[in-house]
Amino acid sequence: MFGRLTLEAFQHQDSQTMAVLGMVVSGIALMGLITYLKRWKWLWNEWLTTVDPKRIGVMYIVVVLIMFMKGFADALMMRLQQAMSVGESFGFISAEHFQEVFSSHGTTMIFFVGMGVLFGLMNLIVPLQIGARDVAYPFLNALGFWLFASAAMLTLVSLAVGKFSACGWLAYPPLSGLEFSPGEGVDYWIWILQIAGIGSTISGINFLVTILKMRCPGMSFMKMPIFVWSALCTMVLIIFAFPILTATLYLLTLDRYLEMKIFTAGGGGNPMLYINLIWAWGHPEVYILIMPIFGIFSEVVPTFCEKRLFGYVSMVWALLLITLLSFLVWVHHFFTMGASPGVNAFFAITTMLIAIPTGVKIFNWLFTKYRGRVHFESPMLWFFAFVLNFSVGGMTGMLLSAPPVDYQVHNSLFLIAHFHGMVIGGVLFGFFSGFTYWFPKYTGFKLCENLNRYAFWCWFTGFLLAFMPLYMLGFMGATRRLNHYEAATGWQPLFLLAGVGALIIMTGAAIQLYGLYASIRDRKKNADLTGDPWNGRTLEWATHSPPPIYNFAIIPTVDQLDPLWAIKRGWVTPPEPKYEDIHLPKNTPLALYIGGLSLVFGFAMTWFITWLAIISFVGMLTCIIIRLTEKEEFDVITAQEVENTEAEYARRLKTT
Amino acid sequence: MRSLIIRHLPESHPDTSIPDPHQDTFSKCVLGFWMYLMTDCILFATLFITYAVLHDNNFGGPTSQELFSLSTAFIETMILLFSSVTCGLGILASLRNDKTKVLGWLLISFLLGASFVALEINEFHHFVQEGHSWTQSAFLSTFFALVGTHGLHVTCGLLWMTIMMLQVYFIGINIMTFRRLVLFSMFWHFLDVVWVFIFTFVYLMGVI
Repeated sequence: MFGRLTLEAFQHQDSQTMAVLGMVVSGIALMGLITYLKRWKWLWNEWLTTVDPKRIGVMYIVVVLIMFMKGFADALMMRLQQAMSVGESFGFISAEHFQEVFSSHGTTMIFFVGMGVLFGLMNLIVPLQIGARDVAYPFLNALGFWLFASAAMLTLVSLAVGKFSACGWLAYPPLSGLEFSPGEGVDYWIWILQIAGIGSTISGINFLVTILKMRCPGMSFMKMPIFVWSALCTMVLIIFAFPILTATLYLLTLDRYLEMKIFTAGGGGNPMLYINLIWAWGHPEVYILIMPIFGIFSEVVPTFCEKRLFGYVSMVWALLLITLLSFLVWVHHFFTMGASPGVNAFFAITTMLIAIPTGVKIFNWLFTKYRGRVHFESPMLWFFAFVLNFSVGGMTGMLLSAPPVDYQVHNSLFLIAHFHGMVIGGVLFGFFSGFTYWFPKYTGFKLCENLNRYAFWCWFTGFLLAFMPLYMLGFMGATRRLNHYEAATGWQPLFLLAGVGALIIMTGAAIQLYGLYASIRDRKKNADLTGDPWNGRTLEWATHSPPPIYNFAIIPTVDQLDPLWAIKRGWVTPPEPKYEDIHLPKNTPLALYIGGLSLVFGFAMTWFITWLAIISFVGMLTCIIIRLTEKEEFDVITAQEVENTEAEYARRLKTT
Repeated sequence: MRSLIIRHLPESHPDTSIPDPHQDTFSKCVLGFWMYLMTDCILFATLFITYAVLHDNNFGGPTSQELFSLSTAFIETMILLFSSVTCGLGILASLRNDKTKVLGWLLISFLLGASFVALEINEFHHFVQEGHSWTQSAFLSTFFALVGTHGLHVTCGLLWMTIMMLQVYFIGINIMTFRRLVLFSMFWHFLDVVWVFIFTFVYLMGVI
């Protein structure tokens, strides 16, 4: 009846039981609160069934916050374990559980924090920056989100029911094969990634077509904001890279479910093939995460320097070059595979080449500041920290790209410090900068600047304390994924230092959460009614905060970069508004249903509950067929309504 | 609703901009579907690479020379190519708003597609019957994975074709069903192209 799901799956170690209890209790409390406030109907109509990219973007960010807490808890557990587990002491986590913790940390942070941040910001900003009312496929956009959210939910379920994968975030075979991991962990991992990956592909197609087809009149390619360019390149990478992930996972699934011999150690299979394939996706993936961040800083730096971005054209070419090169470097993740010197040299050189366009970008941002009027507000602080961390991380990356060096530090903590420099110092700091920058666009008030600064200093010092020791430990021979080491190694002081760093980072994250609360509480004080709190340059600041459902009352026409700046400087006068009826797609719950059913399907497949898998699969198919047969319907906002909204807005602006 | 019906007998292609309140929906969908096909193409490319790498790892089991029958594969190829032709004729009929012909051509494509799937299942069954299932060797695993995935796509295509026939029958040909028909035919032709590669790389080169 329940496949291989037995009561044993619900028994865990104390620490995990506590986490599960906390999750269940807070979930029930949240539902109780919604019921108490009588908000179910509102939640359903305004959020769960929405196809509005602005709302979907906010929901992405909410999922990211939840998943970040989970991934961060994993990180703290690892830091604590490694600080304690020396010599006689074996820490507080068993070796097996420790493996689950680092596997789930990587999976969560890459797929649900990194990818969520990316798609969240794309949803929030891209339509506004290209002067569009919507995305190309509103339904697919919602579907992409719900698949993402379902996969995130399945990750949380794996915490409560059964075990997670213990094979690292990329689950290399033969360890992840049927022979060595017969349990449910790897299956959880496969279905989580498969669902999230298909969601990403769908969203990728949506945004690529949106950018190609829906730019406002006059916005030629070379007049697009760099954030839109970075989104375009990211989407191209997603479209080329994610199918490789889907196919690779699919083959691993066949190995595990049908006992095929593709990646097995015996039967003629070839595990190294998996490692090649997964990194052919995996390397573009890290650029998928970082490129939108390049875009964010290309918006933040000119705004806070009151100066046009230096070297726009070189910026675009740098993005395109990175897009191309990112597909030519995957072997540098396993130089130790033992390929011939010729192969390793080729991939070493392509890897080093990537430093050139990346360096171009760093220098362009720095030159933008030259003779600009630099404002030291928190988005800019994140930028300064980013330049430092990203340069250090990039430099150590160059070290790693030389095969002889890589043989020495392969799989050591040096590597861990390097890529955390890129994803924390790069992706996360960039996201915080963008979050602070665009927050008032969506809420109508700024985040509390003082608290932002405290949080920034905590993150910055915490990051340096947590990861600089790891570079040293790497040189001293400490490998990654260690759950225990001998006192004679002399590593403990450095691990303790790293642990302190993690605690400081936690303080920073706590301040940010409190800051979010405090800013909402004091929203009157930090309110901004102009829609343009930072003296912005691009189209998203030309509409109200928060933007009306139709984004722009009249679709703007642009003839240069930084169109809003041109208007503010009086170089261009906007035409008199002439309002028209606006058609927007109707809400639909089908995307939510498909997402929910995919969660059930993933769960059923993991536990071999055949009947449930069949029911949920047929359910998904039915939803797709219903969608395929539906007549498209639109909500119409009449010209009069648009005019009223705009007049109301103008009146509110005048009274304050 | 009436205004949505395409009336464009003299022209060679439907005027997709006028009855569509959201201009560009048609071209947006076609572009997006091309992108989807490209992602699918990369998925198949990955399977092809896997097949190419593991082709010689027959692990004591049969080699491709011993296993494949070119005549079956050739018949399958012809059937699929013809179903592409008939599907294309169906699209031409839909341009002339000829409901009966559309249904007729789609039905023929469906029967051809279904017989393709039947032949393939028969071939697989035959292999398994002889003791050469996918668990035997890496070569057989990748063969079943690659060709089976294509077969799965064709099966999905058959399901989609059924839905399209029902839609054309009950709704008729309007801007929306026409668009779906065009997207479907792109999918169907794409599967044909993939099959041509399978026929060349797997069957022809496997037997030589």
